Amino acid sequence: MQFHQHTLGNGLNIVAESNPSVHSVALGFFVRTGARDESPELNGVSHFLEHMAFKGTEQFSADDVNRIFDEVGAEYNASTSEEVTLFYGAILPEYLPQTFELLSSILYPTLRQDDFDIEKKVILEEISMYQDQPMHVAYEAGMLKHFSGHPLGTSILGTLDSVGVLSAEQMRQYHEDHYRAGNITLAIAGNFEFDQIVDLAKQHCDDWPSGTLDRPIHEAKPQGGTSIVTQESRNQQNIIQMTPGPAAQDELRFAAEILSVIVGDDGGSRIYWELVDPGLVEFAELGFYDYDGSGSYMTWMSCQPETTEVNLARIQKIYAKVNRDGVTEVELEQAKNKVASRVVLRSERPMGRLSSLGSNWVYRKEYQSVADDLTMLRGLTRDDIRKCLDAYPLGACTTVAVGPLKELQVS
Amino acid sequence: MQQQSIHTHQFENGLLLIVEEMPGLQSAAFSFLVPAGSIYDGFGKNGSASMLADWITRGAGPRDSRELTATFDNLGIAHSESAGSENITFTAASVADRVTDGLEIFADVILRPHLDEGQFEPVKLGAEQSLIAAEDDPQRKAMVELRKLSFSSPWGLSSDGSLDDLPNISSDDVRGHHERCFRPNGAILGVAGNVDAKVVIEAVGQHFGDWEQKDGAAVEPGDCGPKRTFLEHESAQTHIGISYNSVSFPDPDYYAAWAAVSVLSGGMSARLFTEVREKRGLCYSVYASQASLKHEGRVLCYAGTSNERAQETLDVTLQELKRLGDGIDESELQRCKARAKSSLVMQQESSRGRAGSLARNWFFLEKTRTLDEVRQRIDALTVDSILEYVNRRPAQDFTVLTIGPKELKVND
Repeated sequence: MQFHQHTLGNGLNIVAESNPSVHSVALGFFVRTGARDESPELNGVSHFLEHMAFKGTEQFSADDVNRIFDEVGAEYNASTSEEVTLFYGAILPEYLPQTFELLSSILYPTLRQDDFDIEKKVILEEISMYQDQPMHVAYEAGMLKHFSGHPLGTSILGTLDSVGVLSAEQMRQYHEDHYRAGNITLAIAGNFEFDQIVDLAKQHCDDWPSGTLDRPIHEAKPQGGTSIVTQESRNQQNIIQMTPGPAAQDELRFAAEILSVIVGDDGGSRIYWELVDPGLVEFAELGFYDYDGSGSYMTWMSCQPETTEVNLARIQKIYAKVNRDGVTEVELEQAKNKVASRVVLRSERPMGRLSSLGSNWVYRKEYQSVADDLTMLRGLTRDDIRKCLDAYPLGACTTVAVGPLKELQVS
Repeated sequence: MQQQSIHTHQFENGLLLIVEEMPGLQSAAFSFLVPAGSIYDGFGKNGSASMLADWITRGAGPRDSRELTATFDNLGIAHSESAGSENITFTAASVADRVTDGLEIFADVILRPHLDEGQFEPVKLGAEQSLIAAEDDPQRKAMVELRKLSFSSPWGLSSDGSLDDLPNISSDDVRGHHERCFRPNGAILGVAGNVDAKVVIEAVGQHFGDWEQKDGAAVEPGDCGPKRTFLEHESAQTHIGISYNSVSFPDPDYYAAWAAVSVLSGGMSARLFTEVREKRGLCYSVYASQASLKHEGRVLCYAGTSNERAQETLDVTLQELKRLGDGIDESELQRCKARAKSSLVMQQESSRGRAGSLARNWFFLEKTRTLDEVRQRIDALTVDSILEYVNRRPAQDFTVLTIGPKELKVND
């Protein structure tokens, strides 16, 4: 595998990892904009705009966009997070020029009023769909409460009200401000020639407006607390707990990641043996999520309502012990072996490399090969985990529960 | 398409092994189908296979539950065990040189599970929680219930089990399921990745060669469910499930049936997405999929939409399904072919994907089918051949299930 990098005159970042032994090529435009970059009156616009990209340009109608992607047999889609809007596709190498032209062009869609009106209905349906999924309701409410007063506490989808009143004109202005070449990274992985990529980028992206987005990335200082969303028709109680962790730019994030595997992976972790294996919960996991300037540990749990308090207490007991005693050498070694295998398996396909390639550049302007990732992982020590726990102990700063319960005492 | 190196070997006890050597990869994977799925659960015991799939890794051979997990993790073997309707499937993936270790451990799991009494209650509690949680997810529930109505019993039963039957399942029932169903004759192992077929054949022979044959368990076929079902639910959306008859996997019409569903729902330019979502904005999620078993097949469709627009969504979706026989454009077929070709080529990047396909194809067809053969069959499709199929077996006699606050009228 070989790394290549180039920056266009307008600031578009291009990072590429070529691997002639694979059969496909995956490319993605990572736009550094998302829910956290929205003002309250624009809530939901990043995600809505991601949908509108597929409604086409002056050159390509909405029908053309989906038709051409399907004609080249692309696996393609887009996603919006709190921080990044990503447009991506994987194709056979012979279709690269055609796919590049289309994928790059939809980042600057026409935003026609009639398309906007119809797609708004789809977005409202998507919001309703997630309202029927209790864990999603818990996630939204958890982010809102934990990051209250901080940009990260902005809903990705927005609400029926905020999206309902959004206008095409507001979206156009948001697009003009945020879709600037210096704010976009093109990542490519798989079977390609880099010279061709640079030529295609010059041909299709050179006229993109230059500039970057200034995003405040001060660390969130959550107030915490407990919220209950009572939904009596539910059977299970769905809980999310959040507590601060290292940020995407913090070297401690590697230790945080492996710690979350040891303590809360979906199999073989402390939480697994204590709660999942005995059948006390439907599921319980700890995950680590890093953002620009902030980070968070999230505990996810679903169980019978009447067992919620005692199960949460079990988890807190696990956290208290880890905070006090750290982890064992045996646990660390086992987690490293498990994660190393995941890294290798995920990297085998170009699509699996794309996210890592793009994110490393968007967040840190760095390239990490699979070998670099494995070296980093192998080098982690119990001391690293100790340092991480001292700076960011596990806990339950914020708790949100969705389900039949009317009240909840969290110790 | 790159020439594939596929080796098939049947052991004396009937175990069927298919190995694909993929020297360009670093990984290897296997998919092991044991004919012990939920169709063998027995009357009033739906959920036995699913519970067995959990219980079986809680101690096997010389290792207890924790030791097994530690061994898998330390070897870097990602694994899963799950019950489907026909088979319990065991999968594993790792860097290539660990695959024989994986086979050795799975020989313990499959042939020498402890099935300790003390581990049974946790398995049952876990199964119960999971079934209760499924009731909270109307989208998932819609598809589980739709399958139940669409396929003849016991193929339509949920392989996760049912809350009604769960209390009646004892540890002996589940042990009995293992004794009755686990056998080499009828079991299929697909292995793919950077492996040497000879080495794999030898390792499988060593670990599974003395597995004793037995007769297959019996299944009593029953009926499908009613054509109209409405489940009242306080939900933000109405969840609509529709199904109609199609063909089984081994049926000569399978590829025509597949293409017909692809025209409806293969990709974002396909008809359902275009007509229901893109043009009318009725849904976020709408799709149809070909669900073919060994002996029967259905097309299963889903649409989730806000309650006040649910009737229009159901009407428009049914209309699209019915009008397929009116005509198909050549460009629609070309897109199906392009998507299929791309996905076939990309399968060559995935040992997991290939191992699963090798085992599944053998289960359905009792022979291997190379990617090139699949491509040839898809290339041979024409608009006329698909239309001939669609008009011979039109979308009609729909099974319709809705979950939401209000019942809908089915205008078919």
